[in-house]
Amino acid sequence: MAIVKVSGIETEYGILARGTESNPVLASSLLINAYIEANSPDVEHDVPAWNFDDEQPDIDARGFSLESAMPPEVEMHLVNAVLTNGARYYVDHAHPEISTPECANAWETLIYDCAGEEIIRQSMAAVNRTLPSGVEMLLYKNNSDGKGNSYGCHENFLVARDVPFGRIVSQITPHFVTRQVFAGAGKVGSEMLGVSAEQVPFQMSQRADFFEEEVGLETTLKRPIVNTRDEPHCDPQKYRRLHVIVGDANMSQVATFLKVGTTSLILSLIEDDVLGADLTLAHPVSAIRQVSYDPTLKQTLLMANGSRMTAMEIQWALFQKSVNYVKSVGFDSVGGEIIGQRILDLWEEVLTGLDHDPESVADMVDWIAKKRIVDGMQSRHGLSHGDSRLKAIDLQYHDMRAEKCLATRAGLRTLVESAHVERAILHAPDTTRAYFRGQCLERWPDQVVSANWDCLVLDVGRGPLRRVPMMEPLRGTKDLVGQICSESQTLLELLDRLGAEK
Amino acid sequence: MAERVQKQKSNSERVAEEVVSSEASSQQGEKLKAELDDLLDEIDDVLESNAEDFVKSYIQKGGE
Repeated sequence: MAIVKVSGIETEYGILARGTESNPVLASSLLINAYIEANSPDVEHDVPAWNFDDEQPDIDARGFSLESAMPPEVEMHLVNAVLTNGARYYVDHAHPEISTPECANAWETLIYDCAGEEIIRQSMAAVNRTLPSGVEMLLYKNNSDGKGNSYGCHENFLVARDVPFGRIVSQITPHFVTRQVFAGAGKVGSEMLGVSAEQVPFQMSQRADFFEEEVGLETTLKRPIVNTRDEPHCDPQKYRRLHVIVGDANMSQVATFLKVGTTSLILSLIEDDVLGADLTLAHPVSAIRQVSYDPTLKQTLLMANGSRMTAMEIQWALFQKSVNYVKSVGFDSVGGEIIGQRILDLWEEVLTGLDHDPESVADMVDWIAKKRIVDGMQSRHGLSHGDSRLKAIDLQYHDMRAEKCLATRAGLRTLVESAHVERAILHAPDTTRAYFRGQCLERWPDQVVSANWDCLVLDVGRGPLRRVPMMEPLRGTKDLVGQICSESQTLLELLDRLGAEK
Repeated sequence: MAERVQKQKSNSERVAEEVVSSEASSQQGEKLKAELDDLLDEIDDVLESNAEDFVKSYIQKGGE
């Protein structure tokens, strides 16, 4: 029986400081600090810092490490904050990055991804109030600058440790290659050397140009379709965290929900070993570009068994296997029946629409919504492939300024009520250990010395600092500790009562 | 059995339905086109005024 697919999304935003010589690291730090100061103006304490003790991004899930591989470095000197909603907000390389808190299902993950966008908008407004006139900071939720530089939107999924990693790699790959038919954010042109704007005027995915390996540890060079970073941020005897680097950042809520929801489902099938190997691709790396470069959705891909299938046929096969799976096993691993059925319904709706008339799902799929605008502007103004105005449309689709964003004008379907997003900006989900982290940060911010995903270090006012490990992602929830939290007057009382409960 | 009989439709009914649905889809097509025109008008207004400079200045460092 597959375990609950606790999930989250880490998004690196593009950042541009206009009207000044821009250093993106400094710009990102200013942005995040402006948000933190705007949200805690009276606070005299230091903002709780991130604790790096347990960060080991160079451990490989395959159980070995490649001498030549370059493990990602953890940058400890940059701004790094943990928010009351349980999220982490920090400078990663030269980008501001928000990691959602741990969410119990795809629906919650969507809500916290939307909250992340709002936090970015609020940060942008806050920092721009402090900048001299003529200087402005702009943020973009995309994955490429159109000049060969890419930055990521990574998903994370909780997987049982006893599932052989080789099975995950081989069986999730067909989904990672083909889910871009509904989850691709679209891109004008290609960033592959030697591929012209005439050859690829528009492609489905922001990221497909950047993948060179089927599997590996890297995230910045020779990017792999399946990333092997083995850093579970929870009990390593019981769990893995599958770190997914292949996806695009989505503006469409439907796309974000489906990207996480369908992947949670397929991982459940793999965990219960019912997916099978019949959808294995012969050449996944070339296939991911082949799919991305084919907005007609008609090209076939060579399968390992010698047959040929379109990306749509592979998606329909994955959908059908998922339908059969939930008939016997149910929706427990993906958030229960209401959320699970919603994943299936939207998945079926989007695939049906793509088969019938791709324009009909322009309200669900980013690449189609974007392509509709690009094609419309191209024919209205008689622009050639490669015209700067088409590339500007591509960038501006992802603009975080409400008055400039094209995605918000494109008629995308809204799934989440704004009140739920508002709540998620400040408060953690009730359903995972993020609840306990969020409660401590909301109520006793000056006593939280440091925090990370799987532990808190707390100063209870006397004696040594107390380290609270949180190795179980589904403990520390409102159901389990909500009453004790609300009844405790002090942090010391809370810890004593939690200790007594154990 | 009764259900199946009920579901069977005469040829003329089917033709009539197809006509209605093709009219609906052409109306739908007109509506979509008008919507797209409005959308493009709006986008012409909000698009960065100097697209070439904007695109050139958008340089990011690789991340992740």
